[in-house]
Amino acid sequence: MSDFIEQAQARIRAAQASGAPLVIRGGGSKDGIGGEPVGVVVETGGHHGVVDYDPSELVLTVKAGTRITEVEATLAASGQCLPFEPPSFGGVATVGGCVASGLSGPRRPYAGAVRDYLLGVTLIDGRGDLLRFGGQVMKNVAGFDTFRLQAGAMGTLGLITEVSFKVLPKPEADETRVFAANAAEAITTMNRLAGQPLPLAGAVHRDGRLMLRLAGNPAAVTAALAKLGGEPLADAPVFWMSIREQTHPFFAGAAPLWRLAVKPTTPPLAADGIDELIDWGGGQRWLRTVLPVDAVRALAAAHGGHTTALRGIARQHTFQPPAPAVMALHRRLKASFDPAGILNRGRLYPDL
Amino acid sequence: MNAPTPPPIDTAALFPALSAVLPKGALLTTVEQMRPYECDGLSMYRRLPLCVALPHDEAQVAAVLRICHARGVPVVARGHGTGLAGGALPEEGGVLLSLARLNRIVELDPIARIARVQPGVRNLAISEAAAPHALYYAPDPSSQIACSIGGNVAENSGGVHCLKYGLTVHNVVAARVALADGEIIELGGEAPDAPGYDLMALLVGSEGLLGVVTEVTVKLLPRPQLARVVMACFDSVEKAGQGVAAIIAAGIIPAGLEMMDKLAIAAVEDFVRAGYPLDAEAILLAESDGTPEEVANEIERIEAVLAASGATAMRTSKDEAERLKLWAGRKAAFPAVGRITPDYYCMDGTIPRRHLGDVLRKIAGFSDEFGLRCANVFHAGDGNLHPLIFYDANKPGDLEKAEAFGNKILDLSVAVGGTITGEHGVGVEKIDAMCTQFHSLELGSFHAVKAAFDPKGLLNPGKAVPTLHRCAEMGRMHVHAGKTAHPELPRF
Repeated sequence: MSDFIEQAQARIRAAQASGAPLVIRGGGSKDGIGGEPVGVVVETGGHHGVVDYDPSELVLTVKAGTRITEVEATLAASGQCLPFEPPSFGGVATVGGCVASGLSGPRRPYAGAVRDYLLGVTLIDGRGDLLRFGGQVMKNVAGFDTFRLQAGAMGTLGLITEVSFKVLPKPEADETRVFAANAAEAITTMNRLAGQPLPLAGAVHRDGRLMLRLAGNPAAVTAALAKLGGEPLADAPVFWMSIREQTHPFFAGAAPLWRLAVKPTTPPLAADGIDELIDWGGGQRWLRTVLPVDAVRALAAAHGGHTTALRGIARQHTFQPPAPAVMALHRRLKASFDPAGILNRGRLYPDL
Repeated sequence: MNAPTPPPIDTAALFPALSAVLPKGALLTTVEQMRPYECDGLSMYRRLPLCVALPHDEAQVAAVLRICHARGVPVVARGHGTGLAGGALPEEGGVLLSLARLNRIVELDPIARIARVQPGVRNLAISEAAAPHALYYAPDPSSQIACSIGGNVAENSGGVHCLKYGLTVHNVVAARVALADGEIIELGGEAPDAPGYDLMALLVGSEGLLGVVTEVTVKLLPRPQLARVVMACFDSVEKAGQGVAAIIAAGIIPAGLEMMDKLAIAAVEDFVRAGYPLDAEAILLAESDGTPEEVANEIERIEAVLAASGATAMRTSKDEAERLKLWAGRKAAFPAVGRITPDYYCMDGTIPRRHLGDVLRKIAGFSDEFGLRCANVFHAGDGNLHPLIFYDANKPGDLEKAEAFGNKILDLSVAVGGTITGEHGVGVEKIDAMCTQFHSLELGSFHAVKAAFDPKGLLNPGKAVPTLHRCAEMGRMHVHAGKTAHPELPRF
C-alpha cells in the first residue's frame, strides 16, 4: 500500500478520534463550490498516475490525484476520451474532485454523466478503512453500487483514492452548426432532434443563436449535417470548451451564477432580471440573477428541477436539499460512512 | 442479508389485517394458490411464503409494508419472476409481495422522451408503447417479453446491446419507492443530476433490499433506422477474442458483440438452423446500428478488422430477415442447450476480456475434472461470460458437482479481476461467492447501507449480501488487517 494511503488513513483515524474535521483537496479548482470548507486540509494531488489502462478493454484506472488534463492526454494517445467531458478548470482539476463534484460537460445529455462512466471507486471512509467498491469490468451487479454514490457526494462519504472509468473512442468527426433562433424555438428544436437518430453531442442556446454539435462516425455526422443545414460555427472547439470550462463571457462578472437542472422541455426562464444560457439540450439552464434563493428554487421546482448556486450566493445555499425523508437517508448513510462527521463537513449540506 | 430469526408470526391476525387493505381476492393463502410463486427463474430453489399479496396500486403496497413493518414480518418483492439468481425466492415466514398488478403505463412523453410506468409493466411493453413515436427503451434482457421493469431496476438488468446503450442504471431517471415502513420517497427526476447523494443509482441493482419500487421513469431513445450483423468464424476462441479487442481498438463500439463456442454452436444449429458453421471453434456476431450511412461505413470496417484478425469465414446480413436469422441462434442458445442436456447451470461472471483465452482454457480443464460438459456463450463486448454447465438432476451428486464447477468459475472470474455476476444478480444463488469477491470491510459497508434504508432488515432478507458469519463459516472471509467493519452492527 502506498505511503499516501497509509498517511491519509492515519490522519483520518486521528481526526475521527479527536473529532476535528478534514478538508479533502485535489487541485483546489472547486474550493469555491459548496459550503465553506472547515478543518485541516488533506492534499490528494500528490497521489497521481495511471494504475491500469488497456485501450481495448475500454477501462482506465487512475489514482484520484491525477489531473483530468493528464487523463485526457493519456486517453487521446489511444484515440479515446471521457465522454462526459468534465471541466478541468484551468487544468488543475483532479479525478477525485471530478467524481466528488459530479460535474459533467456539454455532451452529458447525449453521452451520460460522471456516474454513468464509473466502474469502481476505492476510498478511505471516515474510520480510516480502505474500501474497494465496484471493479474494473463493464458489467458488475455484485453488491450495492456504493461507488456511484460517490459522484456528487462532495467527498462527504470518503476520501477517494482511485477510480476506474469506462472510456470510449473519441468521436472521429466533430462538427457544429449555428441556427438563428429565439430561446423558445431553440428548446423546441433541441427536444425534437433529440428524439431522432442523430449523433448529437451538444446543444446550447445563447444570444439568439442555437449551436448544435454532432460528433461520432464521420458518415453519420455528414448525413446529419446535410439534413440539418445551418452555418458552420467558427472556432467550434473553443466555443464548446468555453461552455465546459465556464469561461464563456456569460460566466464573467460578479452577478450571482445559478445552475438549474430542469425537465428539458421547460420553456425559456429568461425574464426581467434573469439572464439565461440554455445548455444540455434544454435540461441545464445557467442563470445570472439577483433574485433571492427561495425565488430561484421555486422557479426550478415549477419545472421539475433543482438549483445549484455557484457564485455570489451564501455558500450554505449551494446545493438544494432533497425532501425530508430522502434527507433522513442521507444522514444515515453519512453516519455509516463517516460516523464522526469529519470528512468535508458542511460541504454538501450544512448539517451533513 | 442478515435474517434475524423471526419470532413466530401470528397469521390469524396478519391475514385479516392484510385482507383489509387489499382488494377482494388479492391475498393468497392456500398452498395451491401460492404454488406459482414458490420460485423464480432459478427453479432449483423453491419455498412457499406465508401468503402472497397482490396490491393494485401504490397505496396498497405501502399499506402492506406498514402492516408487515409493525409486526416484524419479512417481505419479498416480486415482479414477473424471471430472475435467474433466486432474488424473488419467498421467505417461509414472510409475505411475498407481487407487483404484477401494478401494470399501467402512467405517462409517455414523446417530446421529453420519457415513460413513467408502474413496476409490473413488461420491459418490451414500454418499447411497444413508444414505437409509434420511433422511440424505444434500450435495455433488452433476453427475458424482455416477460420480465418487469421493477425487476429490471432491482437487478440492474443488461442485454445484448448494453455495451453501446448501457444497463438499467443508465436508462432509468427516476423512481417512486416504498421504504420498508411504507413511507413513499421519490428518487432521481426528469431534470438531470438530482441533488444530494445519487440514491437512484444506489437503488438500481439493490435486489429489493432497500425498498419496493412503485413507479419508474425511464429514458426513451430514438430507434436506430437500420441494423446489420456480421457473423465471423474462427478456428480458435483466442482468435475470436483477439477479433473483439481489434474491433474496440479500431474505435468501433458495436451495438452488439456476441461470441459462442463450438458446443454452443452445435446445440443451436441442431435446434434453429441459424446457418452457423459446425466446424468453427468460435463465432462472433457483431452488429452495427444507426443511420444507413453510418451502418454501411461501420460494417465495412468491422469486416476488414475481423478479416485481419484471422476470421476463416464471414457472412453479413443483407436484409432484416437474414439479420434476425443470424441472431435467432444466439437468442436460442439457452433453450438449445436445454435440449441436449437434462439440466444446465448458467453462470454469469464478467472478466477483463484480455483473460478470455486463459479463462476458457481453465473452464475446459474444470469440465474434464468434474466430468461435466460446458458450453460457452459470451457477451464479448463487455466481458460477460455465460458458461452453461450440463448436468442431470436425477443423477445423484450431479447437481453438487455442477455447483462446485460453477463456484470454481466464479472464483476464477474474481481472480482475474472480474466479478461473480455481470447481470443476473447475487440473490440466493451467489451469496457465498460474495465472500470471495468482497472483503469483510466492504461487506460491512453494504450491511450499513442496508441498515440505513431498512433498519429492521425486513426487505428480502438472506439475499444479495452474505452475513460475515456466513463467510467466516465458509472459510472465505477476507478479514483485512484483522478488523471487521461496523462493529456496531449485529452479526448473525
